[in-house]
Amino acid sequence: MPVTQIDDRKVWQRRDRAQQLRIWLGWLVGVALFMVCWEYISRQTIWIFVWDAPQQAFDMARRMSNPPWGYFDRILWPMWDTINMATLGTLIGVVIATPLAFLAAWNTTPSRFVLRPLALGIIVTSRSINSLIWALLLVLILGPGLMAGIIAIALRSIGFVGKLLYEAIEEIDENQVEAIRATGAAPTQVLSYGVWPQILPAFAGISVYRWDINIREATILGLVGAGGIGVQLSASVNSLAWGQVSVIFIAILLTVVVSEWVSAKVRHAII
Amino acid sequence: MSIAAAAPQAAPRQWRKPPFIRDPRLRYAIYVGALIYLVIGIGSVNFNWDRMVAGLDRGIAFVAAFLAPDFTTRWTDISKGLLESLTMTLIATVFGVILSIPVALGAARNLAPWPIYAVCRSIIAVSRAFQEVVIAIVFVAMFGFGPFAGAMTLAFATIGFLGKLLAEDIEDIDRDQVEAIRATGSSWFQLLNYAIQPQVAPRFIGLCVYRLDINFRESAVIGIVGAGGIGATLNTALGRYEYDSAAAILLSIIVIVFIAEYSSGFIRRRFL
Repeated sequence: MPVTQIDDRKVWQRRDRAQQLRIWLGWLVGVALFMVCWEYISRQTIWIFVWDAPQQAFDMARRMSNPPWGYFDRILWPMWDTINMATLGTLIGVVIATPLAFLAAWNTTPSRFVLRPLALGIIVTSRSINSLIWALLLVLILGPGLMAGIIAIALRSIGFVGKLLYEAIEEIDENQVEAIRATGAAPTQVLSYGVWPQILPAFAGISVYRWDINIREATILGLVGAGGIGVQLSASVNSLAWGQVSVIFIAILLTVVVSEWVSAKVRHAII
Repeated sequence: MSIAAAAPQAAPRQWRKPPFIRDPRLRYAIYVGALIYLVIGIGSVNFNWDRMVAGLDRGIAFVAAFLAPDFTTRWTDISKGLLESLTMTLIATVFGVILSIPVALGAARNLAPWPIYAVCRSIIAVSRAFQEVVIAIVFVAMFGFGPFAGAMTLAFATIGFLGKLLAEDIEDIDRDQVEAIRATGSSWFQLLNYAIQPQVAPRFIGLCVYRLDINFRESAVIGIVGAGGIGATLNTALGRYEYDSAAAILLSIIVIVFIAEYSSGFIRRRFL
């Protein structure tokens, strides 16, 4: 707490001069960086379009405000596809992620220097690529359709479920594992009686949570051709049928709200 | 449970793990329901096996490209895309943080009167309900193609994320400190500055850094619908079937995400 003497009065300041300067310098660098970035973005922007935006927004809102409700029947089937894609993708993802999580957790991994880094590498790779990008790749390889979407969802889920699950495994109570081991159990029995019951609630919670996220993500995978409601969305946007777009938005919103409610209920029941 | 009933007979020799779902009726209902769903669900997905087999070559080509990524041929495009994504991320986070603070203040039940609370909560709800990509479609239609629309999309998504978490933090603060500052006769802004800000600032800074990290990930995606950034470059590379360049882009995304995640984790540990 620096106190300075100004005209024989003591003045208290929160920080001394060096600290104050450092904070000031930090702000200077931060603001300068922001200005440089802003410059860069603004050079790439056609400002006429941006100034035009309020009018565009008005126009769009007007065209979206009268949705053709009859279109709703035609998106029921794609919606069912979307939900299927999310559910089956989550299922595959969870099935692959579970053994991976056991390999990645330091207290259950069979080899700390070979398999563990490998499993962690798979988890990181899967997590850092968004499911839309996975879908983009898979549509090229597998062709457009639900299969690409299901696998894209599964590939993204592996990392998410794997990470949360291996963290849960690392936090288990070792005493229970010790107790099971003391009965002379085989390693697989230790896993199934000592480790698995402890992480089962976390496992169920994580899976349902990921399912809920996947429903959201599945709604847009169709934009790159991976099936589901996104195909209709992209077709409507491309043909500027904003009325249909608003029907699709409402359908997505409803599905997301319902899935979030289901997932919250299930997680609440488990915990 | 059944100990009393079993007492006259010999003690049970067999022990079974208690099931996860206690109620047997519920348990079997879930099993049967899941089975029926699986049959219908898988049945209703029609697979085009021929197309998938035909695509196998491409799959192999892609894996091969991943082992030998080509950074050099399209390096100008890749570096431009990455730079665009990074600037977009920074701009969006700054705007999002600045805008999320008033929204969060309005969405905290202990600070805001009813009408303001309702408005701010609905802003948060709308921003959280839609995927970034969906917002990007609308914003690209409004602002035109390019990173500006992307930055606005991410800023909008940031408002929902930070607004909700900050509002919850403000609702959970220690009332006594607010009372103490108010007792000194402070104005509303002084109350914010001396009673509320010190209590929520450390966690908020951590959340901002975390959101910066998320925004970069998302910036790689929204380019696919025309909002600029590395996603647009990736989409072009895949459109040209240049798998080696696409692999290079993906690897750069993975590396940057990795660095961002670790540094954001490090910063958050220091501040919390």
